[in-house]
Amino acid sequence: MTNNTRVELLKYMIMAREFDASMLRLYRQGKAFGGVYSQLGNEAVSVGSAMALDPTQDVLFPMHRNVGAHFVFGATIDQMMQNQLAREGSQMRGTDGTGHYADPRLRIYGNVSHLGAMIPVANGFVLAGKLRGENTVALTYIGDGGAQVGEVHEALNFAAVHKLPLVLIIENNQYAYSTPNSQEFAVDQLSKRAIGYGIHGETIDGTDVELVLKTCQAAVARARRGEGPSIIETQTMRMRGHAEHDDFSYVPKELLDEWALRDPVNTYSAKLIADGVISSEEVKQLRDTTLDQMIASIDRTLELPWPDASEGFKQVFL
Amino acid sequence: MTTYLDAIADAIRIEMRKDQSVFMIGEDIGVYGGAFKLTKGFLAEFGPQRIIDAPISEAAIMGAGIGAALNGMRPIVEMQFMDFITNGFNQLVTVAATTAYRWGIPVPMVVRGPSGGGVGANPFHSRNSEAWFAHATGLKVVCPATAADAKGLMTASIRDQNPVVFFEHKGLYRKIKDEVPEGEYVVPLGQAKVVREGTDVSVITYGSAVHMALEAATMLEADGASVEVVDIRTLVPLDEETILQSVRKTGRAVVAHEAVLTAGFAGEIASRIADSAFTFLDAPVKRVAAYDSPTPFAPTLEKAVLPNAEKIAEALRSVLAF
Ligand SMILES: Cc1ncc(C[n+]2csc(CCOP(=O)(O)OP(=O)(O)O)c2C)c(N)n1
Ligand SMILES: [Mg+2]
Repeated sequence: MTNNTRVELLKYMIMAREFDASMLRLYRQGKAFGGVYSQLGNEAVSVGSAMALDPTQDVLFPMHRNVGAHFVFGATIDQMMQNQLAREGSQMRGTDGTGHYADPRLRIYGNVSHLGAMIPVANGFVLAGKLRGENTVALTYIGDGGAQVGEVHEALNFAAVHKLPLVLIIENNQYAYSTPNSQEFAVDQLSKRAIGYGIHGETIDGTDVELVLKTCQAAVARARRGEGPSIIETQTMRMRGHAEHDDFSYVPKELLDEWALRDPVNTYSAKLIADGVISSEEVKQLRDTTLDQMIASIDRTLELPWPDASEGFKQVFL
Repeated sequence: MTTYLDAIADAIRIEMRKDQSVFMIGEDIGVYGGAFKLTKGFLAEFGPQRIIDAPISEAAIMGAGIGAALNGMRPIVEMQFMDFITNGFNQLVTVAATTAYRWGIPVPMVVRGPSGGGVGANPFHSRNSEAWFAHATGLKVVCPATAADAKGLMTASIRDQNPVVFFEHKGLYRKIKDEVPEGEYVVPLGQAKVVREGTDVSVITYGSAVHMALEAATMLEADGASVEVVDIRTLVPLDEETILQSVRKTGRAVVAHEAVLTAGFAGEIASRIADSAFTFLDAPVKRVAAYDSPTPFAPTLEKAVLPNAEKIAEALRSVLAF
């Protein structure tokens, strides 16, 4: 892995982290609305996985804790902020919010609230690529809770039968809203479900961004060789409530303390500093400039008006 | 005074204390007490055998409800948001809705959860899908507007021998408070209620739109018009008689709901009025409903597409002026 790549990984994780922190501030100030879903603790997964793809030919179907992946695929801070805050000029014209937008130019197709609903769609997207002889790989995600939705099963089997180039990350952050793993499924590793589909599956540490990148690169390579889909289960911890309205008092504090030591951004910063790839000064600078960019973007976005009411009556059909 | 949310919780609690066959399945209803805290304290009182936290698998949840109902229980199935009922749609519409007709075996199950818009959620947390289920045949469909009705209709729904889809409006949960009878309280399914008497025009409505209609009726007082408001309370079974009585008296009708216009339940009501009260009508029946789009996210758009008191008042004026 080149030093350039390693710095990129850190840069995108810091962007994800600072964007997230900005959304939390906006929520507390009553300026964000709808649900604010923090991806704190998930930066290495969304950044490492998206970096394994080629944004010029592959496609991203992100979920609600993948802001890092949006950035890797070229989404700008302003664009993300406008979508989150549903302001005039935002891509969905105020019809929908959060990370639900699609940007075909960037090859990003956002999620709907219904968990797992977009995995069959990701299948169809790469099926079309296959029919045209293109080599598009789809990267998508589902939570430890969302993985129990029936459509996920249908989609994985379909992808396996048709050897579709799909990489599914199961983001196991230990909780689905208030529900712990133990009440969601009875297998010790969700990646073992791959056996039942006849596909590749593995479980990895989701706080290690380089490991996520390498594992996803291998999955992408298999997909491009026509070997079909992979399931990669990433182990992390959801470090905030389900969304910001949730005080997550049902999560044992010791569990959070334990995982805090494995914070993906802090551990990776320390690693790159120890390896002499970047200095601690430079890391601090990177965080400061990223924060400044966020603040500037928020200021610009909050000045934008709400979309005009007339947008509500447009475009039900094209 | 009790909130709409507490009234529903109260009805369920009373039935669960009385009848061991009543139990609940849903997502995050136990320790967390539900996304809207409706089942707060239920786990402590009834234990994990009767307050069952399920994986995010609405089809499995719905099917488990149906199966348990076939085997002598009275399950209450919670959809965290009524929008997610789409994931359990096949179980509900294909299996639950046809069982009585085919097998003659009761499926005493309640499927309940928060529906409706106007709270800045998004297209997937705001839908009013009651008409889908009214169209399914074999499902009772309940849409309470007040806390007292929410309690009484919930009790009736739990005791019913048939699958009941119970739409709670999330915007009313904490906004609406009224006098709710203590203890066991039943409002039978299939009885509309005249919630405001009037002589010039009738608004036939249900759910959140009842409150809009009442506000519109007050606005029309200034014009010297006397507006009657009929809350149908349940779509299936439908109390056609109360609707017709009102329209025969006033000679004019506006039908209003928060759900979208096309193929909405207002069309059904308007058609029944046309069928059975045509000669009493002094004006065509008008409908007020949401614009035919998903419920948008931004407040400016959402406000524009959803119905409100002003839009109902406008329809009333136009019907009165006909
Ligand atoms: C089909 C469906 N059912 C219920 C919900 C409500 N809901 C939204 S997120 C969530 C928990 C998701 O947990 P998980 O999949 O583990 O993802 P995480 O939020 O932990 O990243 C639930 C129950 C939903 N969005 N879709
Ligand atoms: Mg989770």
